[in-house]
This record gives sequence, structure tokens and C-alpha cells, in this order.
Amino acid sequence: MGKIFKKPDCLADQVTHYCPGCTHGVAHRLIAEVIDELGIAGKTVGIAPVGCAVMAYNYFTFDFQEAAHGRAPAMATGIKRVRPDLVVFTYQGDGDLASIGMGEIIHAANRGEKFTTIFINNAVYGMTGGQMAPTTMPGQRTTTSPFGRDVEDVGMPIKVAELLSALQTPAYIARQSVIKPKYIVKAKKAIKTAFMYQLERRCFSFVELVSTCPTNWGLTPVEAVIWAEEKLLSYYPTGEYKSPLQAEGGDNAT
Amino acid sequence: MGKILMKGNEAIGEAAIRAGCLNYFAYPITPQSEVSEYLSHRMPEAGGVFLQGESEVAVGYMVFGAAACGERVFTTSSSPGISLMSEAISYIAGAQCPAVFVNIMRGGPGLGGILPSQADYFQATKGGGHGDYRLLVMAPASVQEAVEMVMTAFPLAEKYRNPVMILGDGLIGQMMEPVEFPEHLKAEPSNKDDWATNGMDTRKSTKKNIVKSLFLDPVVLNQNNLTLKEKYNRMKREDVMWESYNTDDEYKLLIVSYGTMSRVCKTAVDNMKEEGIEVGMIRPKTLFPFPEKAVFEAASKNSCKMVLSIEMSMGQMVEDVERCIHGKRPVEWYGSCGGDVPTPEEIMDVVKSYL
Amino acid sequence: MQREVMFAGFGGQGILFSAKILAEAALQEGHEVVWIPSYGPEMRGGTAYCMVVVSDRPIASPIVSNPLHLVAMNRPSLDKFAPVVKPGGVIMINSSLIQIDSGRKDVDEIKVPVTDIANEIGSIKAANIVALGAFVARSRMVDFEILKKCVKDEFLSKEKLIALNMQALESGRLAALNQ
Repeated sequence: MGKIFKKPDCLADQVTHYCPGCTHGVAHRLIAEVIDELGIAGKTVGIAPVGCAVMAYNYFTFDFQEAAHGRAPAMATGIKRVRPDLVVFTYQGDGDLASIGMGEIIHAANRGEKFTTIFINNAVYGMTGGQMAPTTMPGQRTTTSPFGRDVEDVGMPIKVAELLSALQTPAYIARQSVIKPKYIVKAKKAIKTAFMYQLERRCFSFVELVSTCPTNWGLTPVEAVIWAEEKLLSYYPTGEYKSPLQAEGGDNAT
Repeated sequence: MGKILMKGNEAIGEAAIRAGCLNYFAYPITPQSEVSEYLSHRMPEAGGVFLQGESEVAVGYMVFGAAACGERVFTTSSSPGISLMSEAISYIAGAQCPAVFVNIMRGGPGLGGILPSQADYFQATKGGGHGDYRLLVMAPASVQEAVEMVMTAFPLAEKYRNPVMILGDGLIGQMMEPVEFPEHLKAEPSNKDDWATNGMDTRKSTKKNIVKSLFLDPVVLNQNNLTLKEKYNRMKREDVMWESYNTDDEYKLLIVSYGTMSRVCKTAVDNMKEEGIEVGMIRPKTLFPFPEKAVFEAASKNSCKMVLSIEMSMGQMVEDVERCIHGKRPVEWYGSCGGDVPTPEEIMDVVKSYL
Repeated sequence: MQREVMFAGFGGQGILFSAKILAEAALQEGHEVVWIPSYGPEMRGGTAYCMVVVSDRPIASPIVSNPLHLVAMNRPSLDKFAPVVKPGGVIMINSSLIQIDSGRKDVDEIKVPVTDIANEIGSIKAANIVALGAFVARSRMVDFEILKKCVKDEFLSKEKLIALNMQALESGRLAALNQ
């Protein structure tokens, strides 16, 4: 009898350092499955962020670079410009991408750099200990917003997928989630689409994944899923925000 | 081919191409923007990559990304821009990747001015970014020397897997001088397969490469720093460069000066020689590694009573001069860093005031 | 032997360009040469000056306090640099825009209305080349025939302008020699 479920080949045989209930593992697995299915591990270079996923290079079996906080899109630009034949993706959290690295992601997207960004949005800084992120929800308590995020003081949470979609350069921009199987199926499809567009050298591609952080939210993994579904997905709706097909007339949908 | 008249900034861009570097990322800043302007048409013509990044911060990481996948890459900037790139420079040094940075210095601190300066000596030779790292720093005194140093910088960066900095000043970038591009300085290809993230297929391997500067285990981090230290010691053994000028005669005073400033000092030395006053000079061509032995020996000459560090800063290199003379001779500093380069007459007056 | 000339005027008068042609000619004669521009934040209308140093041996200091010659295209340039020119040097004054003398008795002063001459031959933009022709004819800093070739080479990509600029160079030469 053949194996019907196995670890993807390009996921390393490693125990991760992620907390129980963390969804980074799901996101990693989806990326690994897509890379396996596309058969591109030998020409892929991943870029790890600063944040909980800083050691992502330990969990994949292909080449990896580690960026400074927020700078992954600039590094990916450097690689793709000098080696357009390589497949490059950045894996970034919300503090990394939406705060310190906002400049880099906007300009990389606007230049239409032909790499893929996987953006993990869990509404909090993880590794540094649960501080407020640009994506933290109004009223959400964090270690630097102990009375809840005050939007009068620090503004509203940033919707990155919508923000990047406002750029005029053609791109693939989607938001999905990895909190439940029904979302995970769609998330994988979005990730695969993003990599396909890169392989076709078509456009910048970006998938935001709404995720959980039970540890820093102070919830159990199950409570975290419920909170994410209720609070986050209503503010950060899933869907395809931008497609290169729009710019191309939309008549040859893949 | 005969010499051609070229602006320093343009010659620097051409030198990189002639050395075999076809990848350039940069952000405009006076007084070095001509490098980008030149390469914006010359790179595509040579089949290379030119990209104007959104900031020096991003450019530093574009260089890092390209360097980490084993491609020869460089950037150019000026003082405030180098401050912004210093973050990336620290990461590149920590991750042990080769890359070349050119700093055409202008006055500081802050926005400072746009005229020539040598006030980034500390930044270039002592760090700039965080952590225990050094750059191999070369300081050209002419457009021709800038060309040769840029061409030499790539093999040196690859030899040490470390960033190399060319530290020029606004005048080196802005002036035109006759130049030629020595064929023999074209850099040989170097094998980077054992460390570069160039894709496993590229190097026909099933083993992944990781380029990183994070070492959470204190023992491993310490070991990484010891590895870096050994590289810097090797630079001191193998790649110190300097020029001795008028050091054969009996001189009472030794000048230490580099870059544009050293040319002004040379004229002062020549003029004083005609007046019967002997002054020796050491011109460091590498600022790190610093020509410690050459300066010590020249200062130790019996006739030599003192050493004068002349630089377009408020006294930075003078600290290295003091360090390597071990108190054997008094060391004084002279300089200015508003942008007006001191004249030969000014230097002669200063030297004479000490004699 | 080392010789220096300061070209000075308004930004937009082609100061850097005419200085570059002179530097190119000196190089073709086999000399060492340095061309040093002033550079500032102004793009147009500010002051522009540019020093060319020519020598038969390697040039040490590119910074020269007292140039041998001066080509002054406007009044502020004359005011600023006339006092520092070495005795015996040439001071060329653009008398179209400068109504005064250098006040120096120990230099070879010539006054050439280079802006007017350029206008007469068809383009005010050629005033810098008129000045270059006048200055070189008087100072003999480089061989005039080599200079002509260099002017021609500079305009190879704009062939229509060659005749105008050759005429400008020659008009400058004649104006200088008639003084």
C-alpha cells in the first residue's frame, strides 16, 4: 500500500522551535508542498525575516538567506536582479514587513520585482515578546499596549494586502488564512498561484496569511482560532485583491 | 590604448565593469551621483544589472542579496548614505560575503556639506555598523589609483569573503584626470559553491547553503568572531599598502597623510625641499589594515623629531598614528573638514611652525 | 613645468565644458593634466569655476592657491580671482559683461567681448568657445591646432554645431591677436 500522507521532501526533518498552536508550521508546510509539486527546490532561495521565523532556514532543505529586520524584499530584489533564473521568496511577519520594512515591500512591489512574499499576519510581534504591531486590532492588549490599542493615539491597523493593491504596477495580491482547514486549502492555492506567476516571470506576488499567536495573545490554541476567525478575518477579509489578469484584460484566467 | 580623460566618478564605474563586476545597485547622493548616471547606460550596454534602489538602506541589502548568491556586486555612495548602508555592511561582514562599497566622502556630521572631506575615517576603519567587524579600506589619491583600487577590490573581497571599501573624497569623484584600465587587473572568477546560496541545481549539489549572521549559541558566535578576527589579522599580514615619500634623506618631521590631502602634502614637501627643508611622508594606501610598521619605522629614524598627521577631519587617523608609534615621538594633528582642502602653502606654514 | 588656468563665470556659461576641452588638448599633447570643477547645489545661474592644471610631470596637489592664468566670464569671477593670479599670467576678461579692468599691472590682460562675438556669429552659447580660442591664442597654453581638433571631436555627435564652434574658436583667436 502506498503512502498517502507524508512530510514534503523539502521540509527538513527537524523539530521546530515554534510554540504549541502556532500556525507557522502550517505555513511552512504549504510552501514546502508547493515547492515539491513545482519541482523547484534546486533553484529556490528563501529569505528568512527577523521575527519568530528567523530560523526558518533550519526547516527547509534548500538554500536560504537571512535578512535584517524588514529588509527581505531588498535582498530578494538583489537576488532576482542578478539571478532571474532562481526562484526567490521572502517569509515575513507583520512587525518585519508592515512596520520596519514597509518601505522595502512597497518599493519592491511597485517595481514589480519577480519574487514572492509570504506575509504572516498575527496582529502582534512574536519573538520579541508580544508587543503591539501595525496590524494589532483596536483595543487589543499587548505588552506595549497594556490598555488596548488606542487608535486615537497610534492609528488604525494597516491592511497590507489592500495597501499594496492600490499600487498601479500589475501584481498578484491575495489574503488567505491558515487557522482552519477550510481556509488552508485556499491558502495553498494562493501560494501556488503566487509561485506560478513568479515562474512565468509575470509579476510580484504576495500572499498574506492571517495566523494565530496563542502565546502572545494569552489564549489557548483553540481560543486563538476562535478569536482570529471572529476578530481578524472580519477586519482582514480573505480573497484575491489583485491579479495580473486585471492588467492583461482578465480573459485568460489560469 | 592611450590614456583617456575621465571624471573620477565615471572612471570608478567603468573600473568595476573592467574588473568583471556587472551588478550595481545605488541611490543618488552628491558628490558621487555621476557613478550612477554613468552606469545607468553603461551597465545595460555591458550586459549588466543597474538598479536605483529606494534608499541606501535598501541598496545595502540588494548588494547583500546579490553577494550572498555569489555574484560580484558593488555600490557607491557618500557619507550620509554610507551611514544608512552601515547596517547592511555589518550583516554582510557577519555573514562573510564579498562586496565592494565606494564612499566618496563629503563633510559631516549630519547633512554636513557636499565638499570633499575625510571625516569618515573612523566609520570606515573602526566599524560604522554594529559588532566586531572590519572592512578592508583602500584610499585612492588620484583617479588612476581609484580605478586600480576598485579593480583590486573585487578579488580582495573574494579572497577574504568580506566587504571592501574604497574611501575617496569629493575631489577624487569630481575631478578629471587621464586614466587607463589595466587589463591584468581584471578579476578572475572565484568559486563560491561551498557557501553561496546560488541554488542547489547551479552547483549540482543536494546540500543547502545558508547565508546568515545569526548565531544564538554563544560558543558558536564567539567562534564566528574568532574566524573574522583571523581574517583581519591575515589582512594585516598580507595586504597592507602604503607609499613612502622623501624618506631617504634626514628629515626632522614626518607627515602621515592619505588621499587628496596627501597630494597637497606632497607639493608642500617638494616646495620645502627646494628651500632646503627635508620632510618625510608616509601615505597609507590601505587605512585598514593600517601601515603600522612603515609609520613606526619612518618615525623612528634618528633625525625625526615628530610626526604630523594631516587629514581633512578633526583628528581621526591621528589616533592610529599615535597607536603605532607607541609614544616614541610626539604626534600632532593638522587638518580642516569644512570642505576647503588645505593648500600647499598652508601645510608649509604649519610644518615650519614645528621646526 | 606646471601651468594652471582658472575658468570662471555663471553656471550655464559652459565653463566646465571649455575647461574640459583645454584639458583634453593638453592630454593629447602628452602632458599630465587635472580638471577640477567647483561643484555646488546650484544647477543653473550660480557661480561656476573650474581649474585646469597642466604639467610635464605627475601633478601632486590638485589644489592651487595661485593659478597662472584666469578666464573671467563675469564680474564676480574677476573680482574673486584676479588678485590671486600669478604675475606674468594671462587674465582674459569677457568685456561684453565686465566693464572694469583687473587692476593688475603685472599680468597680460586682454579684453575680448566674447558674448557679443558669439551673438554675431550665430549663438550666444558659443561664448565659452570664443573665450577658449582667445585665451589659448594669447597664453599658448596648448597648441592651437590640437585645440581645434579637440573642439571638433567634442561636437562629433552634433555635427551641425561643428562649423559654428570652429568659427567661434577662430573669432576668439583673431580678437585676442588684434589686441
